Amino acid sequence: MTLLLEQLLNGVQLGVTLFLLGSGLTLIFGIMGVINLAHGSLYMIGAFAAAFVAAETGSVFLALLGGLVAAGLTGMAIEFVVLRRLYARDHLDQVLATFGLILFFNQGMVILFGRQPIFVALPPFLSGAVEILPGVPYPVYRLLIIVLGLLVAVGLWFLIQRTRIGALVRAGATNREMVRALGVDIRLLYTLVFGLGALLAGFAGVMAGPVYSVNVGMGEQILILTFVVVVIGGVGSIRGAMYGALLVGVVDTILRAYVPGLLRAVMDASQADMLGAGLASMGVYLLMALVLLLKPRGLFPAHA
Amino acid sequence: MRDRLLLPLLLLIAASLPWVAEAFGTPATTGLATRIAIYAIAAASLNVILGFGGLVSFGHAAYFGLGGYTVGILWEHFRLGEPFLGIVPGSANLLVTFPCSLLVGGLAAAAIGALSLRTSGVQFIMITLAFAQMVYFLFVSLAVYGGDDGLMIRRTNAFLGLNLRDAATMYWLSLGVLVVWLWLLGRIVRSRFGRVLEGVRQSERRMAAIGISTYPYKLAAFVISGVGCAAAGALWANHARFVSPDMMHWTKSGELMIMVILGGMGTLLGPVLGSAALVGLEYMLSGLTEHWQFILGPILIMIVLFARNGLMSLLAPRGRASRG
Repeated sequence: MTLLLEQLLNGVQLGVTLFLLGSGLTLIFGIMGVINLAHGSLYMIGAFAAAFVAAETGSVFLALLGGLVAAGLTGMAIEFVVLRRLYARDHLDQVLATFGLILFFNQGMVILFGRQPIFVALPPFLSGAVEILPGVPYPVYRLLIIVLGLLVAVGLWFLIQRTRIGALVRAGATNREMVRALGVDIRLLYTLVFGLGALLAGFAGVMAGPVYSVNVGMGEQILILTFVVVVIGGVGSIRGAMYGALLVGVVDTILRAYVPGLLRAVMDASQADMLGAGLASMGVYLLMALVLLLKPRGLFPAHA
Repeated sequence: MRDRLLLPLLLLIAASLPWVAEAFGTPATTGLATRIAIYAIAAASLNVILGFGGLVSFGHAAYFGLGGYTVGILWEHFRLGEPFLGIVPGSANLLVTFPCSLLVGGLAAAAIGALSLRTSGVQFIMITLAFAQMVYFLFVSLAVYGGDDGLMIRRTNAFLGLNLRDAATMYWLSLGVLVVWLWLLGRIVRSRFGRVLEGVRQSERRMAAIGISTYPYKLAAFVISGVGCAAAGALWANHARFVSPDMMHWTKSGELMIMVILGGMGTLLGPVLGSAALVGLEYMLSGLTEHWQFILGPILIMIVLFARNGLMSLLAPRGRASRG
């Protein structure tokens, strides 16, 4: 029971990380119609920048700031130099160009920081654990990720549902041409949305640094999971991204925790661990295939 | 008319490559050319659905890998002398393993395609990616067949008494398969089936309106492209004498797409050019610097932004190479 609770919380923690990435990605999908494979690169850049600043200055807040600034600036540069030219193109061109961006950024990080994974130490006040229930300790930092992630989700909800910019974003996701026809500077809106998405991805990267190791390729690992989230939730829907992220995070974590153990009952340990890990990795993709077959537009389609 | 002369000439040049490489003292070129030919088969197959059908599949490395693993697994069971799943005997004869690869690739493509084609647009791209990831993780987790480390194929398949370990023989075999496959694809594209596929690419709604049920056509094209990729995978397994989950990594699917668009979508010879260009570029850049991807990435972006119709449009600026 204790293990289950712990794993559920781990799942929620993965879920909020996925939400930070997925919300940006789904907005970029929904509003600009762009498939941005390089979204994972922004996450990686945020993580690397924060790890670098943390190692140089030892300050948590400077590290956070560094990660956000690096991801935000890179995101704006990507939008300005490459993606802006691809809005009107078909998906294939977008996939290929952003694939090129991934190669560029991954190798760039290798040149700057090398291939060795970087481990980020937590400051004393964030390491350690608290008892969430009597006898059930849980790491403070993971709890902090959950709380901050949920705060961001609430902030995003407020921004999208209660402000003028949010109204334009929602309108843009529903009918881009109509928004343009009403005289809104759509290019500015695009840049804003892309910048917001980049910041959220960078934030996710900064938060993920101390939990997982910071390495080249971390972006693609989570990117593909994020795509699963976005497609399950429904392209363009923030609410869908939230539910999708939590669903994928919890399902993935629980499968990873329990499938190898179940297999151990029927085969020897080393084989069971390997097969279990593989089957657990397949789980979320199976989930996505099922959702798409039952509801081809995702659970909460934005354009319904 | 020009093509009538040009194609046999090109073929002659391609076929004489091992001798030329030998004469110039660069026998490694033959191996490089084999890689180009094998990837060209896979890219030409992907082009059926991507270029001619307009359906963006982001998971075709799965069939490439399945084709390779079929050869690898049959070899492993041949080596161990115990049948696969207790019924299928192992084999190290290409006349057996190659058709098996095609069958496995075709069946997998039929199953995955049948489900994926119920969606379209972004969802189609993502669901094909998801299925490919599932296959990838399945093979990563199969400890019996090496898991993450892959499977060594100690001896190449027997094939009509030829020695496939010899670089030139392997090259000629790959080139032969490529030529036959391109000829077949040319027939397919020009047939009624190919016309319908072209119609689907231009406007699926219009095809439906003139009374054609498009789903079976799309599925057939998906299966054809899967079979072709599996053929390439089977050759690759013999060329590299090694298969691993890397063959179906999602970046491999990306590379195949790049070959198609680099050469020119919806053209018969485009994918061959694309394969030659990408493999050649990787070879050249990796000779220059360890960080060749740092240069390749921006080159790809430039190509997408500024050379939309691929290399074929440079060779044949007017007419066929341009997309509708």
